[in-house]
Amino acid sequence: MTTTNVLVLAGGLSHERDVSLRSGRRVAEALRGAGLEVAIHDVDDDLLPALAELRPSIVWPLLHGASGEDGSVRDILELVGQPYVGADPRASRVSWSKPIAKTVVSRAGVATPRFVTLPQSLFRELGAARVLESITGALGLPLVVKPAKGGSALGVTVVHEAAALPRAMVDAYAYGETAIIEQAVSGTEVAVSVVDTGSGPEVLPAVEIVPREGPYDYDARYVPGRVEYFTPARLDSGTTARVAETALTVHEALGLRHLSRSDLIVDDDGVPWFVDINTAPGMTETSLLPQAALAAGFELGDLYARIVRAAFGG
Amino acid sequence: MSENQTPARDASSPVPTPAAGTRLDPWIGSYADRTHGMRASEIRALFAVANRPEVVSLAGGMPYLEGLPLEALAETAREVIAQRGTVAMQYGSGQGDERLREQILDVMRLEGIEAHPDDVVVTTGSQQALDLVTRLFVNPGDVVVAEAPSYVGALGVFRAYQAEVRHAPLDEHGLVPEALEETLAGLAAEGRRVKLLYLVPNFHNPAGVTLSLERRPRILEIARRYGVLVLEDNPYGLLGFEGEPLPALRSMDDEGVIYLGSFSKTFAPGYRVGWAVAPHAVREKLVIASESAILCPSNASQIAISTYLATHDWRGQVKQYQELYRERRDAMVSALAEHLPDASWTVPDGGFYTWVRMPEGIDAQAMLPRAVTARVAYVPGTAFYADGAGADHMRLSFCYPTPERIREGVRRLAGVVAGERELVEIFGTTPEAEGRVVDPPGPDLT
Repeated sequence: MTTTNVLVLAGGLSHERDVSLRSGRRVAEALRGAGLEVAIHDVDDDLLPALAELRPSIVWPLLHGASGEDGSVRDILELVGQPYVGADPRASRVSWSKPIAKTVVSRAGVATPRFVTLPQSLFRELGAARVLESITGALGLPLVVKPAKGGSALGVTVVHEAAALPRAMVDAYAYGETAIIEQAVSGTEVAVSVVDTGSGPEVLPAVEIVPREGPYDYDARYVPGRVEYFTPARLDSGTTARVAETALTVHEALGLRHLSRSDLIVDDDGVPWFVDINTAPGMTETSLLPQAALAAGFELGDLYARIVRAAFGG
Repeated sequence: MSENQTPARDASSPVPTPAAGTRLDPWIGSYADRTHGMRASEIRALFAVANRPEVVSLAGGMPYLEGLPLEALAETAREVIAQRGTVAMQYGSGQGDERLREQILDVMRLEGIEAHPDDVVVTTGSQQALDLVTRLFVNPGDVVVAEAPSYVGALGVFRAYQAEVRHAPLDEHGLVPEALEETLAGLAAEGRRVKLLYLVPNFHNPAGVTLSLERRPRILEIARRYGVLVLEDNPYGLLGFEGEPLPALRSMDDEGVIYLGSFSKTFAPGYRVGWAVAPHAVREKLVIASESAILCPSNASQIAISTYLATHDWRGQVKQYQELYRERRDAMVSALAEHLPDASWTVPDGGFYTWVRMPEGIDAQAMLPRAVTARVAYVPGTAFYADGAGADHMRLSFCYPTPERIREGVRRLAGVVAGERELVEIFGTTPEAEGRVVDPPGPDLT
């Protein structure tokens, strides 16, 4: 790779535009610090001409949500023969859908909370009260209601009583027409990042998330202070190994490349439960992958540059 | 991998020393109490897409500046630096440039205010004046009475000074005197000290309504009787679409009213110049407080505005704005009638905003992500209440988008409301009576 030549894609029209812009700026800054030439571009009608003109060696899509993570931007990059960082379109598509990702991961032997995926139309057909009643009957309480696609905890509600379910459904459907309802697993919340700099996937130390005031919601994720992070997570060595193994299994089962972040909950018996996968994990000041990388002794610019080189070579 | 497939390794190895936790902010224990309420809500994050051209934003309050004589203003700015640079680039008076303060009197005379240049304190936008007045008067726990709904930027200032905001309702003629009396009587019975009555009497943000001439003296009389200082915030007063401006509250009461004015809407916000007119004793303290906050307002900005007022037809510019915004108001109101007939809305006689009551059962805050998906943005009513009320309303701005874009935005909004209505019918939910308190969108939102 010679001059540029990294084009970071950030922004987009998703609900997570703001987070994406922040991630993009941080990664670009770190890569520049590592001596690479980096430009940042939004996903807009100027992108394809810009790709043709800039001819970057590699594109790093730091897009969160919608076309950035559902594989469609990557489809276009494939189409124009543009190398890029991260999962291919098929793996992106599978991972972007929480129910499909959960099913794939579960087949690979990883525990994941019981869940049901429901399009909004089903409630109209069957009657909301009856459907919700059968869900609480089968899955019990508490439950987590979330959009089937999306990140940053947008539209997510933890429901402790049946009366709160309708409002939680409405909030989830505001982000998309399909929602999933899953059993809430109590335990230690950890995020485990995997990076591959060319010599195979490497698991970074788990980051333990302990909300100090209120839930781990959008505000808690992006404004420092409301959450205490422990890196590595305060797990015994056996559990630490299981958690790492789980993240690796998830990364491989979903066919991911270069980087990923699994969100897991470790229950009281030390079993890691798969909750979510991020193929374009957040890279902001408060994000989890950078915290894990620092704890593992990486210098961020150096790590990101190695990921870029691996993607270029691969 | 399931439990029984997990390699049983390291089972006997010692538990590692727990890592120290981090909250990613070494100063987490140092913040003042008033800082703890500052949050980055997901609502605020959703506004990030509003400035993209694909999105019709009916959310922001940016004035439309295309009609400004930019070439002439550029020449003015050049002359200010070239000919008066050693003054323009220097510190100036804490109270503000004297010539500008005299010219501000001319502006205020249009709304019946007779004052002396000494009564005027120039500030960095009227927002700073709002901050200074609150700083002078409000102790933590003191009560500020504001209209329901009220300007989101004022609520933010009151919250920062740990005031408790109580709302008094308004109707199509502005703040309701009987309701104000009831609110103040109730607070007196509770033994609460009310420090300020905050009002936007003209073309209210967000409600779009104007306090009627008949109610103005009644509101002042009630405030006087309860010993409450009136804070009259009037950024839009000259932007009426018909008739003459109503007399300001300050024109009816020199001693009981602090008046806030601004060039941000009648000229442009870029120079950040606003002002306060206050009773003598208050004004002295305002100047001292302002000096401690910013030393002095920008000399360059003040001289540029002063030159503009002296050399341009600023009244003609205001008239041009009136016509521009009236056309957009008309587009908004007719689009609402066409596309959202079962909502209801105020028809403002001036200013930037209309206040829309949602059809039965619709929660404007919960609906916002759906609107963003449909490429239209608005501000949910919850932003304009200190107590989480307002989910059944939204504020729509007509100041920045063209009439065509306004019509398109309302058309999209109608689709969003239809989708939300279906959801509400399925689940039988109602707007949250006490929703989350919403942070305002940033000022650079279109």
